Amino acid sequence: MIDTLLANLDTALLFVFALSALVGAVLMLVLRHPMQVAMALISTMVFLGGIYGLLGVHFIAAFQVLIYVSAVMVFMVYVIMLLDVRDVSFTRRFSHWLVLGMAGGALLFGALAYGLWFGVDQLASTTVSFGLAPFAAAFLSEYWLHFELTSVLLVAAVVAALAVIKVSRRRDRG
Amino acid sequence: MDRMQVLLLLAMALFALGLTGVIVRRNLLVMLMCMELMLNGVNLSLVTFAQQTGTAAGAVLVFLIFVVAAAEIAIAIPIVLVLVRQRRTLDADAYMDLNG
Repeated sequence: MIDTLLANLDTALLFVFALSALVGAVLMLVLRHPMQVAMALISTMVFLGGIYGLLGVHFIAAFQVLIYVSAVMVFMVYVIMLLDVRDVSFTRRFSHWLVLGMAGGALLFGALAYGLWFGVDQLASTTVSFGLAPFAAAFLSEYWLHFELTSVLLVAAVVAALAVIKVSRRRDRG
Repeated sequence: MDRMQVLLLLAMALFALGLTGVIVRRNLLVMLMCMELMLNGVNLSLVTFAQQTGTAAGAVLVFLIFVVAAAEIAIAIPIVLVLVRQRRTLDADAYMDLNG
């Protein structure tokens, strides 16, 4: 019993992580305060990082935790603390699109799951996990143009953020 | 049902839940976080497909999505800050006059 459990430990952990990530995502829809929603999203991201680790792509798991949880979500939590205003969106969580949005989300998930069930049934069962070295070689030799375009995107984002701040400052003055 | 199908199903569920959250919730910051959840679902599906084909293209796309998510937050947060300084609320319904 224990031997079979240990032999299938990674599959069992994968299912546990997947279920926990799903629970965190559902909690994001129902929790009230943005800080609670941020904590649910952080737990979902950490569980997704665990799934990546179990799949063998450890560098993506590390970047999931480093970039998403530590950079993006810390920024988000900081802004939630900065904007700690009590307003109407705390007491009334949902907009008047509630029923329509739920129906649309369920319809989208149904369509995607239908496509998975009937379209992608010839999924290969062999999983090839590649390490960091072949990924890095491919990244900087085959995909160098995308890498450079990413830096252009980041510069554009910095300039746009500065422009937004400058516009608001000018409006304050005039 | 093998583990790849479970992961793809999870990715679809995360994407659909994120889209539902963007439509359904009123708080601007919660809507932004639901968009992050959608990006996470796409990332999971990309990693799963990359594992199956054994190519690096999926992982490269995942890294580009990381960068896009960081840039998106870096733009969206100042916009939210400017909006909140004007109207003193995080409620998306207060900005209905922006819909053209």
